[in-house]
Amino acid sequence: MWSLSNIASGIHEWLSKTFPSTVVTVVEMVIVGVCVISLFAILGLVLVMMERKVSAWIQIRLGPNRVGPKGMFQSMADTVKLLVKEGMTPTGADKFLFNLAPYIAIIVSMLLMAPIAFAKDLTMWNLNIGVLYVSAISSVSVISILMAGWASNNKYSLLGAMRSGAQIVSYELSAGLSILCIVVLVGSLNLNDIIASQSNGWWIFKGHIPVFIAFIIFLIAATAETNRAPFDLAEAESELTAGFHTEYSGMKFALFFLAEYVNVFIVCAIGATLFFGGWMPLHIGHWEAFNHIMDFIPSSLWFFGKIFFLIFLIMWFRWTFPRLRIDQLLNLEWKYLLPISMFNLLLVTAMAILGWYF
Amino acid sequence: MVEELSRTEEGNIIINVGPQHPATHGVLHLVITLHGETIQKVEPHLGYIHRSIEKMCESLTYRQFIYVTSRMDYLSSHINNHACALCVEKGMQIEVPERAQVIRVLMDELTRIASHELWWGAMAMDLGAFTPFFHAFREREVINEIMEDTCGARLTMNYILPGGVLEDLHPSFQKKVKDFIVLYKRKIAEYDEMVTGNIIFQNRMKNVGVLSAADAISFGCSGPTLRGSGVSCDVRKIYPYEIYNKLEFNEALETAGDSFARYMIRIREMNESIRIIEQLIDNIPEGEFQAKTKAVLKLPKGEFYQRVETARGEFGIYIVSEGGTTPYRIKFRSPGFSNLSALDHMARGGKIGDLVAMMGSLDLVIPDIDR
Repeated sequence: MWSLSNIASGIHEWLSKTFPSTVVTVVEMVIVGVCVISLFAILGLVLVMMERKVSAWIQIRLGPNRVGPKGMFQSMADTVKLLVKEGMTPTGADKFLFNLAPYIAIIVSMLLMAPIAFAKDLTMWNLNIGVLYVSAISSVSVISILMAGWASNNKYSLLGAMRSGAQIVSYELSAGLSILCIVVLVGSLNLNDIIASQSNGWWIFKGHIPVFIAFIIFLIAATAETNRAPFDLAEAESELTAGFHTEYSGMKFALFFLAEYVNVFIVCAIGATLFFGGWMPLHIGHWEAFNHIMDFIPSSLWFFGKIFFLIFLIMWFRWTFPRLRIDQLLNLEWKYLLPISMFNLLLVTAMAILGWYF
Repeated sequence: MVEELSRTEEGNIIINVGPQHPATHGVLHLVITLHGETIQKVEPHLGYIHRSIEKMCESLTYRQFIYVTSRMDYLSSHINNHACALCVEKGMQIEVPERAQVIRVLMDELTRIASHELWWGAMAMDLGAFTPFFHAFREREVINEIMEDTCGARLTMNYILPGGVLEDLHPSFQKKVKDFIVLYKRKIAEYDEMVTGNIIFQNRMKNVGVLSAADAISFGCSGPTLRGSGVSCDVRKIYPYEIYNKLEFNEALETAGDSFARYMIRIREMNESIRIIEQLIDNIPEGEFQAKTKAVLKLPKGEFYQRVETARGEFGIYIVSEGGTTPYRIKFRSPGFSNLSALDHMARGGKIGDLVAMMGSLDLVIPDIDR
């Protein structure tokens, strides 16, 4: 059957026959890098377009419909505009940190792509601590926001950065604890093992109510970690004009913008992997015929379908909820989500020990 | 990297909110002193769009000056015009035909709903929810079209003149208004579902910007801001003008004094306005829509005052006449100016996010503050 993994292994075999092993490694690294960067660019374009169309749909508008068929090239036109715009550095800004911050943001989201299983047997880096790696690297993104806010020499930026720091540090906890629920059930940190464990059913169905609670908490924490509304306090355009990226323009702003969307994609990919079985098709018990039909849909389609469903949820939140206040945001985490997820983790652990899951 | 210059001696940060800021909805400049995120002081700086409307009015005749007042509170321009016309009519003792009175009141209430619709959308947008803005504009558009049919203009209608209204109602007026009432009743439930009942929204609004009744009175607040603190102050009830004393409607009152109380007042006011329109729309009396007046209006020597209830509160006009064709002196009492003065008192101790919620709940229209 046609699949991305066959193509990947075909290329690998051909390279191994033709070149010495060192060259093979280098060439493969370059290929992977090019793939990540192009995936990055495509994701940026697609997600920006999707956000604008979803918001237009919710807000009884048409959305972009002028550039290209149904406005499909609108985000490309925007990219060209951003590329030719002047990237200003304000007076009094810390030039080095100011220019470094957007690159850190983008590098962090690129690194996060590594352990994700995009399709059956298609992972860039089959890492045995995949989940740990993801939660560790994603915390680094707060550094870029703090750096941008501090170096901008703008008080709105500084306030936005401080809010973001407090927010991400808090929500890391419940995100981590809800991820741990699945790790406890699977007994492995490897994302491929987690997917393999869901071959007879996704955790969201197998894990009863505790896993469902973990999923809800994960969704809230993921929205908060990616600074999306209703937790977009770092930007909060009605309060802080644009928050931490007030002073950024041109491509430097675009990199922050891109990093935000790619981060949304990545948290949704992690959510899909943990709770919805990654690329695993929908299998229902002993319905062999049904399961067989489901297997014919390519695994990458399953994966991207699940991711875009979660992304749609997060966009839906953004366009219908008002924003929280900073103290309410921290209250929500420390008073409600953290105790609930701790208790939930205990429940899941008991469930895993007693084997009370399908 | 906060510069040393912009800090106060206690280490507080000073931030300029405005004149160009998304939350001020106009050219309002607030200088706020922050300790962390907690607001220590709010200092409004006014005058960015001062057009000396009062002085301009002194060189215009009694027929002309009415239309300048449309540019003050542009969201309730019709009600401003109404106040001016009433004041001139009072001075000249002009009897306004009953049909004209009913038309004026109908338009007043439609303007009030349109103004509150826009406020509702902007309020939700201040708190970070964008979608209500578009939904509010959808319904407001219907009202604007009704206005356009009859008056030719959508926002600054300039429909009133001393002695009546400029034109008779458009033939489609009654049908369109009835259609709007049906539409509104369907949509108000949607509003409640999307914004009023939202737990995040309620948490952002409740116990934020609390204004006690005594403070609200001493700051000279009026309209929904004062009624939110539990003080009955509806000019339509206390000093009824036109046919308001014959109509059945309730004065919306809340006692909490917080932003949510002010929010609920406006939502209930929209419902009351719909009630008033329902009473009048089928009972528009036949007759003249304009009283016969002289070509040149001359107010007798003396002082005249008239107050009306706009969407924002009590709007007063004070005319001093020397007996000529133009007023000797005109003073407007605009509701926004007094309501803004309470902002500093309300905001102290709150967060930046609260400031935005308070400003939204005061429903500031900047041209109303800077005349």
